[in-house]
Amino acid sequence: MSAHDTAERQYTLDRELQAYISECRGKEHSESFLISVLHKVQARYGYLSQEHMQEVAELLGVPASTVSGVATFYHFFRLQPQGKYKVSFCLGTACYVKGAPAIIDAFKEELGIDVGETTKDGLFSLEITRCLGVCGLAPVVMINETVHGKLTPASIPALIAGIRKKEEAG
Amino acid sequence: MGTNMVHVTIDGRPVEVAAGTTIMQAAETIGIRIPRLCYHPKLSLEGACRICVVEVKGMRCFPASCATKVAEGMEITTGSPEIRQARRDIVELLLDNHPMDCQTCERDGNCELQNLAYQLGVRERHFEGKRKQFEIEDSSYSIVRNSEKCVLCQRCIRVCAEVQGVHNLSQHWRGATAVVTPAFEARMIESICINCGQCINVCPTAAWIEKSWTEDVWKALNDPSKHVVVHIAPSIRAAIGEGFGLPPGTPTSGKTAAALRRLGFDKVFDTNFSADLTIVEESNEFLQRLKNGGTLPLITSCSPGWVKFMEHFYPEFIPNMSTCKSPMSMHSTVIKTYYAEKAGIDPKDIFVVAVMPCTAKKYESRRPEFISPDGRPDTDAVLTTRELIWMIKAYGIDFLHLADEEFDHPLGYSTGAADIFGATGGVLEAALRTAVEMATGTELKEIEFAQVRGVDGLQEASLDVAGTTLKVAVANGLHNARDLLDRIKAGEEFHMIEIMACPGGCVGGGGQPYPQKGDYTIDFELYRKRAGALYDIDRDKEIRLSHKNPHVLELYREYLGEVGGHKAHELLHTHYQSRTPRGI
Repeated sequence: MSAHDTAERQYTLDRELQAYISECRGKEHSESFLISVLHKVQARYGYLSQEHMQEVAELLGVPASTVSGVATFYHFFRLQPQGKYKVSFCLGTACYVKGAPAIIDAFKEELGIDVGETTKDGLFSLEITRCLGVCGLAPVVMINETVHGKLTPASIPALIAGIRKKEEAG
Repeated sequence: MGTNMVHVTIDGRPVEVAAGTTIMQAAETIGIRIPRLCYHPKLSLEGACRICVVEVKGMRCFPASCATKVAEGMEITTGSPEIRQARRDIVELLLDNHPMDCQTCERDGNCELQNLAYQLGVRERHFEGKRKQFEIEDSSYSIVRNSEKCVLCQRCIRVCAEVQGVHNLSQHWRGATAVVTPAFEARMIESICINCGQCINVCPTAAWIEKSWTEDVWKALNDPSKHVVVHIAPSIRAAIGEGFGLPPGTPTSGKTAAALRRLGFDKVFDTNFSADLTIVEESNEFLQRLKNGGTLPLITSCSPGWVKFMEHFYPEFIPNMSTCKSPMSMHSTVIKTYYAEKAGIDPKDIFVVAVMPCTAKKYESRRPEFISPDGRPDTDAVLTTRELIWMIKAYGIDFLHLADEEFDHPLGYSTGAADIFGATGGVLEAALRTAVEMATGTELKEIEFAQVRGVDGLQEASLDVAGTTLKVAVANGLHNARDLLDRIKAGEEFHMIEIMACPGGCVGGGGQPYPQKGDYTIDFELYRKRAGALYDIDRDKEIRLSHKNPHVLELYREYLGEVGGHKAHELLHTHYQSRTPRGI
């Protein structure tokens, strides 16, 4: 029988993760460790790339369709890299009542991406969070560690332009 | 009374069944077939659709009868007004998320959802609202997915994993955007799909259908510049009658040949001829390997679903594969070379249609190995049994009352060994008949090899041939093939193996007629009947050994030269390649 390419397969997942997966594979019901493995991959790389999911499938011995089925089912898993500026919309009750949906729409329109996505230049990504605990400033958006409160849809283009300008200035 | 019996009442009747029986099965013992949708007797339980709910006294909610086992003293009601309303509501909700195009849908009349809606008395639509929207995915040569018609019963996911061992499909995303796709939502043509079409067979709706090539065939039939030639696979004659109401297992070679002439084909040939040809080449290949210490076991290569599966999952077995083309591809090649020359027709003007029990044959016909350097496929179009049934009906041909006709010669003549190709084990048996006679140089006393017959998933036999013990095996359904291949990898030795992708072999192919209302596919009783028709045809034939087919011998004499010789190799053999994505 001919040697097949599995022998030469190079994996891009780091050694520590590969070791963890092979440890899982040795256990009973090894397929049940899939979510745990995906958590660790996301913690290490920030998101689940198709390449990494395929490697997880091969190393854990779980069909690739199962891996991507699980990854798309859970909100927690990101399928795209996080942007440099992580925009988190508060959808707690107060922010919601004070017009958070319109704020989200304004960001989506300005950046041309949906919630859960990242702009092509890798600068911005959008996501939803629970109550941030600053209801007095509703509606609130957090960009990385900075809280922006009392926003209106009209104020969004300037906010984004400000960040872009700062980036260009380096 | 054993202690493991359980006593319940169903609709007031006392019923005694073994512990572990489901409510659904228990109801069947008193003649009640509880309506169901996602349930399939040959697949694991899903419990997704909730159509089969029943009422159990003392239970707070309606349990799904497919997934609930009987318990002592249960009082079960299967048809109360509340239950009937609950089932109706579920079907209404499914329908209101479903395109309203029954009249123009390929499965009109054969759709389980449509049948259920009628059966349960859904006569109005109460929940009309926003429908899910998906593009039709038709990248594959064989299979088309229409996710708008999907009811998420997951039968396709289960058959792909549990019967075929492919695991190409799973549900992605959730809620209103949930959709069944290959890994990473890849297009079908870029996935590990082997094109077997079992997803189509188990799908209750038209979410999966074969890619129709009927338009190309109508067009060729109406093009006066084309010489349109058809050939039909062994298993077609055993199943096509079902499409016209004949009982399963009715052989219909004669009526099928007549119907094809009515459709306007210039020549009606039989793929069986090249099944004989395949056996002559493959037996020779086997004996050469046996004699010269070549790679064994030799594994058959007639099933294109199996071939692609091997290329994704077990490429280390490429040296074991018979290099013989499948009978379909051999036959199309012979038509465009030998026959073209003999009939004095430019092969460019010949349009070859193959009628196959198989969706993967569509894919096979478009493999680059089977396309001539000027871009013409050897097989121009492949129709499934279902598509041919539809064409015969569309034309208005009264199939049941057609008088039997013969196939055209020389490429319509076959021996009994060719007919049995359509049943699992048939290729191996046909090869053994020829190989044993060739090896021993004496005539077989017993032509039938009963040891390799039967529709079970895996069969093995040891045969004594001229003092040598030959170990052979037959696998159908690729899950069974995986088990066998893993054993070979672990060191078990075999001489020859037949593998067919579909359960039951070609009689259970992904292009065969939909089952009658209320029946299921992957029904081995049905496959046994279809196979029985083929064994009957074989038994009634005068010549039952491929190497004694006079027209095949003539082909070698006039055109090919030596069996396994240079020209035979050039025209009748092929090669394989390792494919990505790699199957897991």
